[in-house]
Amino acid sequence: MIETTFTPVTSLVGGALIGLAAVLLMLFQGRIAGISGIVSRLLPPDADGETGGRLAFVAGLVLAPLVVYAARSAWPAPQIAATIPILVVAGLLVGFGSVWGNGCTSGHGICGLSRLSLRSLIAVATFMASAIATVFVVRHLL
Amino acid sequence: MSILVQFAAGLIFGLGLILAGMANPAKVLNFLDLAAIPAGRWDASLLFVMAGGIAVTMLGYRLTFARGRPLLAERFALPSASRPDARLVSGAVLFGIGWGLAGFCPGPALVAALTGGAPALIFLAAMLAGMILARRLASSSVRPAEQGRA
Repeated sequence: MIETTFTPVTSLVGGALIGLAAVLLMLFQGRIAGISGIVSRLLPPDADGETGGRLAFVAGLVLAPLVVYAARSAWPAPQIAATIPILVVAGLLVGFGSVWGNGCTSGHGICGLSRLSLRSLIAVATFMASAIATVFVVRHLL
Repeated sequence: MSILVQFAAGLIFGLGLILAGMANPAKVLNFLDLAAIPAGRWDASLLFVMAGGIAVTMLGYRLTFARGRPLLAERFALPSASRPDARLVSGAVLFGIGWGLAGFCPGPALVAALTGGAPALIFLAAMLAGMILARRLASSSVRPAEQGRA
């Protein structure tokens, strides 16, 4: 495993920024900041005329590292330990599961819990449990 | 204006993910590894991401909903308060397994597109394929009668 350090302050501030983005989207557009919902509705089948706004949001996400680079002259580097076959399986599961379950860490985890949605609470408890169980199996049993 | 707001929201969201450490799969997996607690190697940072995110969103949503309608849209587009069902739970189980295998969820996967090299792009491509598959399956299961006739 790759060691990481405990960063309560930057994580709290980062979380608050995520919250700010979610509030902006609701205040201006009346929409939930659910990444899986926004991205999947850009994909076939059927589009509904909100494509421009969704593309703009996704473009903002993709270009965010440029802002970090401009400020720090260093790219934020994601540390990815998984092998290619695992990445393919994981990607399929994340994509399929988030659409099938109507949300991911953002839509259910941030927006849904903030609205005190029972569906989101159940979804979050379920995916946290299955993710924790998966990491346990991969790291400690296999 | 609407496009600009959504671009800014995406940018702020992405910056938040990077600053929080959520955009780094290693950090996510070290948070999900509860068995590391006794050894003192558990990274609890993501609890703080949730706390910061939910605190701001809860307060901001409350103030926003009190306005009655959004600034640039006719109404709030909120998910209907339907009951939890088997589909919600099975989707969440599958999502959690994928999240636990690679440490990526949809937002961080997009944020890593420019900086994560081939592994990040491979995950992203598989994720989009999974989404298309689920949407096709969902749209066909909504119209079982038509499917039956076909």
